[in-house]
Amino acid sequence: MSDAIMSAPVPSGQAQAKVKRRPGGAMARFVAVRVAGLVATLFIASLVVFGALYAAPGSPLTYLTHGRTMSPEAVAEIKAEYHLDDSIWQQYLRWLGDVVHGDFGTSIIYNQPVSTLVGGRASVTTLLVLMAAAIVLVLGLAIGTMAGLRPGWFSRSAMAAATGVMAVPTFVGAVVLIVVFAVQLEWFPVFGAGGSGLDAVYHMVLPSLALALASVAFVARLAQTAVRAELSADHVQTAISRGLPRRTVVRRHVMRNAAMPVLTVAGLTVAGLIAGSVVVEQVFQLGGLGQFLVSSVQQKDFPVVQAICLVYVAAFIVLNTLIDIAYTLLDPRVSIGKKDS
Amino acid sequence: MSTTATAVRRTGARKAGRRATRGTSGIGTTGWVAIVLLGLVVCGALLAPLLSPQGPNAVDLSGAYQGSSGAHLLGTDASGRDLLSRLFHGSRTALIGPFLVVAVSTLLGTVLALAAVWFGGWFDQLVVRVVDAVFAFPGLLLAILATALFGSGLPAAVVALSVAYVPYIARIVRSAALRERNLPYIAALQVQGVHGLRIALGHILPNVGGLIVANATLAFGFALMDLAGLSFIGLGVQPPTSDWGAMVGTGMAGVLQQHPQEALFASALIVITVGAVNMLGDRLTERWEARS
Repeated sequence: MSDAIMSAPVPSGQAQAKVKRRPGGAMARFVAVRVAGLVATLFIASLVVFGALYAAPGSPLTYLTHGRTMSPEAVAEIKAEYHLDDSIWQQYLRWLGDVVHGDFGTSIIYNQPVSTLVGGRASVTTLLVLMAAAIVLVLGLAIGTMAGLRPGWFSRSAMAAATGVMAVPTFVGAVVLIVVFAVQLEWFPVFGAGGSGLDAVYHMVLPSLALALASVAFVARLAQTAVRAELSADHVQTAISRGLPRRTVVRRHVMRNAAMPVLTVAGLTVAGLIAGSVVVEQVFQLGGLGQFLVSSVQQKDFPVVQAICLVYVAAFIVLNTLIDIAYTLLDPRVSIGKKDS
Repeated sequence: MSTTATAVRRTGARKAGRRATRGTSGIGTTGWVAIVLLGLVVCGALLAPLLSPQGPNAVDLSGAYQGSSGAHLLGTDASGRDLLSRLFHGSRTALIGPFLVVAVSTLLGTVLALAAVWFGGWFDQLVVRVVDAVFAFPGLLLAILATALFGSGLPAAVVALSVAYVPYIARIVRSAALRERNLPYIAALQVQGVHGLRIALGHILPNVGGLIVANATLAFGFALMDLAGLSFIGLGVQPPTSDWGAMVGTGMAGVLQQHPQEALFASALIVITVGAVNMLGDRLTERWEARS
């Protein structure tokens, strides 16, 4: 949950740098560097996820046999299937090659291909994260903008509420929502992902709200601060004193300048929802990837744990990179070519 | 030469001291309210055995889901255990985990950042790249992966989160220390032949100290939420040990039977503690920003 909030970029003064003309070559190079960075990070993530099996106490064989004593033939069979007699690098390269082709091995518990098991559960998680993302962007930006434009009791109470909500962990929000809206008022179901179509959306209302809550507060605070800062900027004050209608000033000067940085951090927040969804799925027993990950951890079904971790990390990194590229390409104030570190 | 250096250092220290005294009054009423709240929570954790009316694991199956009474001020849980006693004892596990995470990650992150800023060049670039790579791995996910390997429980989760939080501290400290390093007084000290380690620890560190404390405070809140979440889904603190997050988890069964006390009381304590921590962290951040 915290990752989104933590990944707010450290201000570096780079945003102020003004570059009037940006040559196409530099832009292409920038995108290429970012994509290369993406691939490198994915590669490191795969090393971590694969190497974890060897960092664990006990040999990988103990994990694969689940600590059970087996006949020498069965052990030999497992060793052959997982190529445990090869060097670690050979095993890694073979595993990586399979993963690139969408083959994550076989689940130890279910004895089925991991890709089938994971693929069947991905849609629930996707719907959950998408709905939460929509709530974060719509509610967070609306509340924050309104609070920023209208200082006074609304702004103050909204910001106080946002600070309070940011102290509510996802699972606590989920439990409170269940107590109020599912158990007491009985408006929404307590558990389960429901059927398809609208029923699935209906079942996902409370879970997505729980997942979105803290991020809504964070984005609202962020948007409020940005709008406030723009309102007191010199060029806005000048426009107001020149007698331009307030609506024009707000639309053309305040919103346009405040939008990009806020949207960027909001995007990163949405990427952070991916990790938070694990907890929410557990509370509402949604049967998506997150719940599968937790049960696989408890059953030590290692191929499944590896696959889901990798999918989550990949989704997180790809989203982050896309937002980063979009931000740099769309905002003419950001100079490219200069290193951001 | 050396006397000038001492004089420079002394005035620097005195200035920093004055700044600090002015600063403490700068956290405002909310900051003090937060400190008092946190003091109460910490006292509750330290004095848990004295304050608890019953043992945290004293089971009484005939007295499940009792309401508030003289014997059980906050009632009992599904196994008839006294909720108040479990909340007191649960605060220990709930606080010690985040404390360790913050201590380790702040120490590592600060050392990495200062070294990167001081040595610069390829070492700095290496630190930046490694920190970015670790940042790409969501902390909660790393903790779940660790519990998959080393077994469920607090130790694996704390180690994993300590690693995951290093980039957060390291990035912020690095950018502040970098600004500090480029100030003229550092060059002056260097010209006087003051040892690099001494400049980094004696001058740069105290001057970015406020920022480190502010962010360590905020990180404590995040770590508490992450660890409580892990205990909630059953991968953190294991039963029968009481823990706030785990109590929300076991309290879920009661929620469905119209007995939400256990889950709600534990939730309330988590929210109050994290809220106080965030409030204090925000005030400390504001104080730092006003200073520089």
